[in-house]
Parts: sequence; structure tokens; C-alpha cells
Amino acid sequence: MRNIDTIKIKNAVKSLFIQSSYDIGERMLGILDKARENEENETARYVLDQIIENDHIARDDQVPMCQDTGIAVVFLEIGHEICFVGEPVEEAINQGVREAYLEAYLRKSIVSDPLFIRQNTNDNTPAVIHYEFTRGNNIRITVAAKGFGSENMSQIRMMKPADGVAGVKSFVLECVRKAGSNPCPPIIVGVGIGGSFEKAAILSKKALTREIGELSVDKSYRELEMDLLNEVNSLGIGPAGLKGKTTCLAVHINYFPTHIAGMPVAVNIGCHAYRHATTKI
Amino acid sequence: MKDIKHITLPLTADVVRTLHIGDRILLSGYLFTARDAAHKRMIEGLDQGRELPFDITNQTIFYVGPSPAKPGQIIGSAGPTTSYRMDPYTEQLLELGLKGMIGKGLRSQSVIDSIKKNTAIYFAAVGGAAALIAKSIISKELIAYEDLGTEAISKLEVKDFPVIVVIDCLGNCLYD
Repeated sequence: MRNIDTIKIKNAVKSLFIQSSYDIGERMLGILDKARENEENETARYVLDQIIENDHIARDDQVPMCQDTGIAVVFLEIGHEICFVGEPVEEAINQGVREAYLEAYLRKSIVSDPLFIRQNTNDNTPAVIHYEFTRGNNIRITVAAKGFGSENMSQIRMMKPADGVAGVKSFVLECVRKAGSNPCPPIIVGVGIGGSFEKAAILSKKALTREIGELSVDKSYRELEMDLLNEVNSLGIGPAGLKGKTTCLAVHINYFPTHIAGMPVAVNIGCHAYRHATTKI
Repeated sequence: MKDIKHITLPLTADVVRTLHIGDRILLSGYLFTARDAAHKRMIEGLDQGRELPFDITNQTIFYVGPSPAKPGQIIGSAGPTTSYRMDPYTEQLLELGLKGMIGKGLRSQSVIDSIKKNTAIYFAAVGGAAALIAKSIISKELIAYEDLGTEAISKLEVKDFPVIVVIDCLGNCLYD
């Protein structure tokens, strides 16, 4: 067994949220630059220029690229040979979130009760945490600061097996079309297919923590990702919803075995402020 | 390349009539911030017979909940939030004299009709361009609802705040 003091988890969570809120990363900047070159629409280029300049300012000045610094989502993959010491894991994660949002001037956007009280918790906790148990003696921590302009445009549907690939495609396109200008396009589309009702949603969220444009390892899903990217971009919604070729920068699909009677499909939309980061302890 | 127009806030109906969908504008002058919770409280106040916390005549509201300012900053990152959530409150404010709104995303048909009726205008700022927009904000003064934190109403002075006209006073909509 390997002992891990959970203070390491706290520190990792904290630095991942700070880093990803300030720095969009070279890979994303490269993709935005390419999209800018590819646009013919004047307004689309004007919008992309602002987004690219914004992302450089955020990185250079070490400020949040977007004022909505999101709900804190954490995926923890825990090797089976790990033994935790110190504070309970969940408290360590929330302490990491608390310190990141308080010390790095990130916006605190979480309300304690969703319906009646809606009182801000003032430290952006609690995080939404997903635990997975894997083989080995490492922990992999992945965080996503998920803005709600795009989260609000996400949908889940319990589709029929007979709906097939065509059904999945038309559902994804319908989601993006309905979302229009709201989720801050150019967007990243996370799709979860299979499992149960809640599993599909988690798959789609995890798909939004993949490196931008990294395709599925499975050939059929990889082709579907590429087809969907082209079809979504054919909608012409464009940057900021003001028309153009660049509606979507990537489609990421995650899948899981499911029941003979069903095909759950979740579509989680991510904005161009694609904030996620991963580390291994 | 289309010319960029420089417009001073507060607006007037005469100025609003000169602006059309697709126009790129740099706004300078004063505006007020308000988003979900502030709108709810303003409208509940009106329903209970109280006045708005500021004179809304000819004013512009920017739908924003900024991130906290770092030491030495006037304001943290400050991009637009999605506007449709303010739709249920907007017609009442337009009737009271609200002239301009800055947000992102489509509005309801009844808001578009009210924009037309009241010779008002709706601008989009680029969603997610929050660090860039913050550079155009040169002063910030708390006006009301301090307990709402990021959702409190502030008066901002802006210089060359980049926006695009998406719904003009004729009811034309750039998203269509």
C-alpha cells in the first residue's frame, strides 16, 4: 500500500483550479488562431480577435479569462493500492477549492440551496466530486471549472436503440441549434452515450475534460466525432452566435455499455473558455 | 471593414435611432450592473411600491457578475452573462425608461416588442471576453444590494467598451 497525505490532494486541486482559470493553454490558443484564419465573416473574425486577445490578457495578467469561474467539478481516480492519511478526502478537495477561489480572486458562484434559500456559500464549495477506483498506486485528479451559460444549454435524452447513429446526430444538432448564442460559442460538445440516466451525464462531463480535439481511440466513435464536428459547424451559428464557420471547436464522445432496452444520450456543452486540468500524484 | 462607432452613455432615443443591427460600437460613459438576483429584487420592490435604487431614465444595464478585483484592480473579469434569464423583468424596466441593455444571447419576442415600443436597444458583448472587457472599465461605485455580492448593483464608468448591436429599435435581430 502507498500512503498519501490528503493535503497533497488539497494542494493539487487548488493549483489546478487557479492554473486553468487563468491560462487556456497553447493548444487551445493554436486552435482559436486557426479558426480565426479560416473565418471569412468579418464579425466572426472580430469576435475571435476579442476572444484570443482576452485569453492572452488573462494569461499575462494572471486573471480569470471569464468572470464565471464556474462550479468546481472534480474527478478523482484512485488506485487500489492507495491508503489515505490526514483529513478525509472530500474535505481536502473542498478545502482546495475554497483556497483557490478565495486566494486567486475567482468568483464565488455557488448557492447553498438551489430552490428556496439561494444563499451564496462565499467560497464556491461544495465541489461536485466523482470518484472512480482503478488499478495501481497513483491518484489522478482532473478538475473542470464549469461555467453555467453553457451548462444551462445541456440536455439528456433516453433514446431508443432503434434511433441509432442518425438519432444521436440529430439530438446533438438539436441541442446546439437550440443553444444558439447562449453558451458562448465557439463551443466544445461533450457527449455521453450509454450506461444509465446519470451515467450518461457523467460520461458527457468527463468528455469535457479531454484535451481539446483529442479524438476517441475507437474508430467508429472517432468518425462520429469528426462527422458531428462538421455537421455542427454547418449550422453557421458562429462565434458569439453572430454567424460564421466556427460554431464548435471539438466534439468529444465517451461511451459505456448499456441496457438492451435503451440508449441514454447526454449532451454537455462547454464554452470556449475551456477550463480543465489534470495531474497525477 | 465596417466603421466602429463611438457612442456616449447615457443614451437618448435620438441616438438609439441611429444604431442598427451589426453595428460595432465602442461605448463610453456610465452604466449600471444588474443580473438575476438584482432584477428580482428591483421588480419585487416595484411591486411593493418602492422606487428603483437609481433613476433608470435613459440608462443602460450591463448583465454582469464580475469576479473579485485583485489588489490594484478597479474590477475583476467582467464579461456578459446570458440575457434570457432577465427577460421576465425587462419589459417593466423598459416601460420605466431603461434605454440600453448589454448581455449575450437571444431575447424573448415580448422583450423584442418592448424594445421596439420604447425605442430602446440591446447590445451583445462577447461572452467570455471578460478580462478584455474589464480593461475598458475605469471606475466602479456600489449603488445598491451590497449583500448580493457579485450580483450587487454598481455604477460603472467605461471607456471604449466593445459591443455589437443585436436588437435595434426597429425590432431587427442579428441572431435571426
